[in-house]
Amino acid sequence: MAKTVDGLYYSESHEWVKVEGNVALVGITDFAQHSMGDLSYVDMPEVDDQLEAGEEFGAVESVKAASDLYSPVSGTVIEINEELEDSPELLNQDAYANWIMKVDMSNPAELESLMDASAYDAMCQGN
Amino acid sequence: MEDNLLKTCLYDKHVALGAQMSPFGGFIMPIQYTGIVDEHNSVRHHAGMFDVSHMGEIFISGPDAERFVNHIFSNNISGIPDGKILYGMLLYPEGTVVDDLLVYKEFKPDSYLLVVNASNIAKDYAWICAQKEGYDVEVVNESDSWGEIALQGPEAEKFAVEVLGIQSLSGLGFYTYCECQWTGRTGVAERMIISRTGYTGEDGFEIYASHEAVNDIWDKLLEAGVLPCGLGCRDTLRFEAGLPLYGHELSDDITPLEAGLGMFAKIREKEEFIGKDALIAQKEAGLTRKIVGIELQDKAIPRAGYPVEIEGRQVGVVTTGYRSISTDRSVCVAMVEKPYTELGTPVEIRIRKKVFPGIVTKKRFYETNYKK
Repeated sequence: MAKTVDGLYYSESHEWVKVEGNVALVGITDFAQHSMGDLSYVDMPEVDDQLEAGEEFGAVESVKAASDLYSPVSGTVIEINEELEDSPELLNQDAYANWIMKVDMSNPAELESLMDASAYDAMCQGN
Repeated sequence: MEDNLLKTCLYDKHVALGAQMSPFGGFIMPIQYTGIVDEHNSVRHHAGMFDVSHMGEIFISGPDAERFVNHIFSNNISGIPDGKILYGMLLYPEGTVVDDLLVYKEFKPDSYLLVVNASNIAKDYAWICAQKEGYDVEVVNESDSWGEIALQGPEAEKFAVEVLGIQSLSGLGFYTYCECQWTGRTGVAERMIISRTGYTGEDGFEIYASHEAVNDIWDKLLEAGVLPCGLGCRDTLRFEAGLPLYGHELSDDITPLEAGLGMFAKIREKEEFIGKDALIAQKEAGLTRKIVGIELQDKAIPRAGYPVEIEGRQVGVVTTGYRSISTDRSVCVAMVEKPYTELGTPVEIRIRKKVFPGIVTKKRFYETNYKK
């Protein structure tokens, strides 16, 4: 059973967002890491990349497949989690404790179109 | 869609073991049980078993069988001893590949077993039948009545001898086979074929028997502690060992010469076989493209279909790629324009939005451990 965490925002493409002031921490959900299996690579964006909400910013890869990542919010990448470059398995161990990128949001109102934990949970159950 | 998929005789076992099931070659097959990495490592260091009952078994016999098989098969079966196995291809007159397969010389005169890819069974059978005019042969597709287990890994011999109770298996040479009897729950002795072959780069056996016998043998191997392995790691294992997969490194658009498998097409030795003239012409004209290995410096993973580039121009395409489990390197095989196929040539692979530098290498990434 995939885990969710209250207080985070969730996207239909299985990313989560944690808001700290104007900064969005973005990661993948437990449901996403579970359906991918053992992760062997995280394709990261670069600091200063300008992202639109819904734009592809990287990918997570298992042995068999690559799955694209889509930014839930618009803004500028201000930091990436370099630990994941050497240890992608951290996402398998705890998907919510390991963010992938931090985005300085240009339009925080976009958060309203994302799901809360219970809505996201319901979507995954429906799958 | 799922309704049209075939099930192997071991389907219920896979479901009971909790395997992740996916379509492959017209069958619904186990991709993984515990996980691809675990299963891969078990075959490299211990043992693992695969349900490969989806593979096809086509028997050819009759007074003209040797001449006929030599006509349709790229390798040379003239005078091979009973129990010997050869790898090769069925070719179109254009030199491209109908299928790659194993030919077993049976323990009776003028009789051969062809083991072909699941996805190509119907095509191969029709192709073979269409070539037999003027040859006194009988062609029988027995694919539906045979099951098959591949037992692979350095401990495969130990398990084969112990579980199957056949001491002589330890002396069975690479690419040879023996015929034995299996008496299972039914109490009736049944025909069983065991060959020292595989598709992993490790020592091992492929066991052919009836559906019931294969179920029996699967249970016995499982009880003895052999790990069930899915097609996911079958692909990572064969890829590291430099073995081709039809539809990727071989196809109806690729010749054995382009695939770097010219040694299995005997254009000098053999007087005649379908596709020979086209291969000679291709050799004389010179290849325009070839399958090579490529190793990336980065950890990004090259996958089938990604472009190979030089200074922004596409010069090839990846046919299979992985983050290699046994070597922890990002490697792939790719079909590349001939001028860029020399070992050490720097190339780039486009992965999503970025390009990653790599160099051309051999297409075998892992030292194979076959029993001589």
